[in-house]
Amino acid sequence: MADATTYTYDVLVIGAGGAGLRAAIEAANAGASVGLICKSLLGKAHTVMAEGGMAAAMANNDDRDSWKVHFADTMRGGQYVNNWRMAEIHAKEAPDRVRELEAWGAVFDRTPDGRINQRNFGGHRYPRLAHVGDRTGLELIRTLQDHAIYLGIAVHMEHTVIELLLDGGGAAGAVAYDRDRGTFHVFAAKATVLATGGAGRAYKVTSNSWEGTADGHALAYRAGAELQDMEFIQFHPTGMVWPPSVKGILVTEGVRGEGGILKNSEGRRFMFDDIPDNYKPQTASDPEEGWRYVMNDKNARRPPELLTRDHVARCINREVKAGRGSPHGGVFLDIAWIKEKLPNSEEHIKRKLPSMYHQFKELADLDITKEPMEIGPTMHYIMGGISVDADSQETRIPGLFAAGECASGINGANRLGGNSLSDLIVFGKRAGEYAAKFAQQNGQPRIDTARVDKAIKDSLAPFDRGSKGENPYKVQQDLQDTMHNLVGIVRTEAEMREALTKIRALKERTSRVGVEGHREYHSGWHTAIDIRNLLDVSEAIAVSALERKESRGGHFREDYPDKVAEFGTFNIVTKRGADGSVQVSRLPIPPIPQELQQVIEEQKS
Amino acid sequence: MAQATFRIWRTQPGGGGAFQDYQTEVSEGMVVLDAVHRVQAEQAPDLACRWNCKAGKCGSCSAEINGRPRLMCMTRLNSLNLNEPVTVEPMRTFPPIKDLVTDVSWNFRVKKTIRKITPRPPDAPDGTYRFAQRDADRVQEFRKCIECFLCQDVCHVLRDHREFNEFIGPRFLIYNAQLEMNPIDTADRLQDLKDKHGIGYCNITKCCTKVCPEHIHITDNGIIPLKERVVSRFYDPVTRLLHMLK
Ligand SMILES: Cc1cc2nc3c(=O)[nH]c(=O)nc-3n(C[C@H](O)[C@H](O)[C@H](O)COP(=O)(O)OP(=O)(O)OC[C@H]3O[C@@H](n4cnc5c(N)ncnc54)[C@H](O)[C@@H]3O)c2cc1C
Ligand code: SF4
Ligand code: SF4
Ligand code: FES
Repeated sequence: MADATTYTYDVLVIGAGGAGLRAAIEAANAGASVGLICKSLLGKAHTVMAEGGMAAAMANNDDRDSWKVHFADTMRGGQYVNNWRMAEIHAKEAPDRVRELEAWGAVFDRTPDGRINQRNFGGHRYPRLAHVGDRTGLELIRTLQDHAIYLGIAVHMEHTVIELLLDGGGAAGAVAYDRDRGTFHVFAAKATVLATGGAGRAYKVTSNSWEGTADGHALAYRAGAELQDMEFIQFHPTGMVWPPSVKGILVTEGVRGEGGILKNSEGRRFMFDDIPDNYKPQTASDPEEGWRYVMNDKNARRPPELLTRDHVARCINREVKAGRGSPHGGVFLDIAWIKEKLPNSEEHIKRKLPSMYHQFKELADLDITKEPMEIGPTMHYIMGGISVDADSQETRIPGLFAAGECASGINGANRLGGNSLSDLIVFGKRAGEYAAKFAQQNGQPRIDTARVDKAIKDSLAPFDRGSKGENPYKVQQDLQDTMHNLVGIVRTEAEMREALTKIRALKERTSRVGVEGHREYHSGWHTAIDIRNLLDVSEAIAVSALERKESRGGHFREDYPDKVAEFGTFNIVTKRGADGSVQVSRLPIPPIPQELQQVIEEQKS
Repeated sequence: MAQATFRIWRTQPGGGGAFQDYQTEVSEGMVVLDAVHRVQAEQAPDLACRWNCKAGKCGSCSAEINGRPRLMCMTRLNSLNLNEPVTVEPMRTFPPIKDLVTDVSWNFRVKKTIRKITPRPPDAPDGTYRFAQRDADRVQEFRKCIECFLCQDVCHVLRDHREFNEFIGPRFLIYNAQLEMNPIDTADRLQDLKDKHGIGYCNITKCCTKVCPEHIHITDNGIIPLKERVVSRFYDPVTRLLHMLK
């Protein structure tokens, strides 16, 4: 580690999306010295792309809302395999976390009486999403960023962590390289918080940016932490399918919330054909009632386009496979039709969905006020992640914490829209708080120089192999195809076994990838490093999905299409064995306290 | 499929740089960022560029395309003349790092010199503030900013006159504006705007407004109202007197 610079902090936060920024703020406020590392520039993390809003039961728009209803909605959405304690904390603390953002400069849309306005979203019983038009993520990240910069936090932008460091089994910091020059840095810290976001880049079609390579999941896994619920992946039903360059980019659920309908190539509104029994009582019986719901008629029930994301995604998948898709392999999402109902529909659509209007106008040359969009499912969010303690967000490794999308628990088998942004601020805060506390009670760990040297040597190996080695982009693409085709929306035993064989072959190929040139800003080299993470995590996804022989939430098996009660009693956990192979086990869900069970029962009616 | 030529700026290791032509296939619906990525994947794996969202939301992929500051991910090839080479170069106002990537850290340092929000007490014990949507509207316009820094790139005070120590640029003038207009803020930034942040350097050429991908009315809604406040505070005799007595 001769040429590696060393920085020393009390608390090291890896990731500067909503969760990482909120953790850094809390740790700094507790008096800790804080280092914050991110792969991009500050303010560009994936959180910036979130659109719809953040869920918090402030009851500004409907005073029947409360933490209890939010808690019950989250558990129902997660099909009861959530960490109930996290769902409880989240529902109770989200309102305070959202309100404090206003004191830090956020400016949310207002209700007529001047409070924060809240909108309806799939799976939430009452209007609950605090929002700013359709750019809520930008508001969140900018507010946290602009608050954090005054707190003396040391920010290391465009740095990528390649390995976590351990001292006697506890967290000791991390090794990273900077994109500018490709040099290595050691970050020594008493406590480390992972807030690295999602894993979308394991799939061919995704709404995630290049950053979503599951680094935190893989770093923790390699360091010996447990991953949980990895089989649960959210495919958002509506991603763009054309032009090819934007395939996967998200089309907000808000389009359907404002009256957008799904149609196949025969012009049929196919969502009415398949409404699950347990949702029938809450779903409109005909298009007319669906429209009344959109127009805020409190007696009308929601249109079937607003059923849970996993269900809508599967219905679209089915239409496409049956040959009733749109020209570019999706189905039609039509908001323009509302001109039959509203005289000023063009203006209305532009006002309600400004960034969707622009996105299609500028990227697809299509006017959504006049023509239907073509859309299809896109890998959007991973419910699974690093196992953490509900209250402190500490992982199984002492001094290592995780928050946000890279952690698991709150969402169970399926995340409700809007619950991620609130998750980031509720659990980001807790992770920062407990990490600072841990740092206060523990000394500065020793740096394992052998591990540092090995991490550096391994990551430079692709240069030794040069251009004669495997092309890293090609390996990544092959992995994305494998996951998309074999561990996608609809899964089977045989296909997943095939995927595992392929993943293991890809691991072998990865040990042969080569790159040429200088280390400065070399994206081929970066890809070579990222693949390792994607492969470890893809393997954990496939292994967990094989283990869950039922269908639930974001995990659907054609060979086991039903939900099985027994599988609702445990979570599936993967861990790296001593020989480097992946170990899978079933972790019983602790019994839910009587009071919380009662809350769930009350809300069922 | 059609071919097009992209004339991309490549920096050289010792400093300096030159345009280099790359021919690549183009297809319907592509944007400049796609072409750059294709060149990267097929011909120049070490070509450096920044990007994240590919949807005009993060402000990472700023560059000068045919001499105009734009987002690469929002510039469709069918809006350009492909019979001639398309030039793609980094933002020229900021120091080069590599190829299309520039050092924009000055912007992050400038922001820290601006007085942060200082909220009045909330309107309810739970932290609720009340204000009307119309008061939110004018602030929200500025908060749409994605920090692409294209306006900073085009502003002649920075680009040609290099007044980095005297002038904070249009991005941070509207950052000030959104704080000044925030209904719950109580801090006063006018003195700083005049003395530290150089609002007087802006001569309202409106070049910044023209390049803003978020279509923010930087000058009309942000800079001009701020200038008016500064003028009435410091140059209008009556308010000046009142302010001195306060
Ligand atoms: C288009 C879109 C719309 C969405 N809309 C909503 C919505 O309306 N409501 C909602 O609740 N949720 C929404 N989501 C989901 C939500 O945005 C994400 O789940 C959430 O933003 C994740 O935040 P995070 O802080 O966990 O991570 P991210 O915001 O993804 O940030 C991860 C950070 O970690 C850093 N990082 C990663 N790896 C490393 C490494 N190796 N070294 C150093 N740094 C690293 C990255 O650079 C980045 O700074 C949406 C998602 C998408 C894609
Ligand atoms: S209007 Fe002012 S800030 Fe904008 S480009 Fe011109 S001089 Fe610069
Ligand atoms: S004001 Fe517009 S041009 Fe300037 S940084 Fe913000 S989004 Fe970019
Ligand atoms: S990549 Fe985000 S704005 Fe272009």
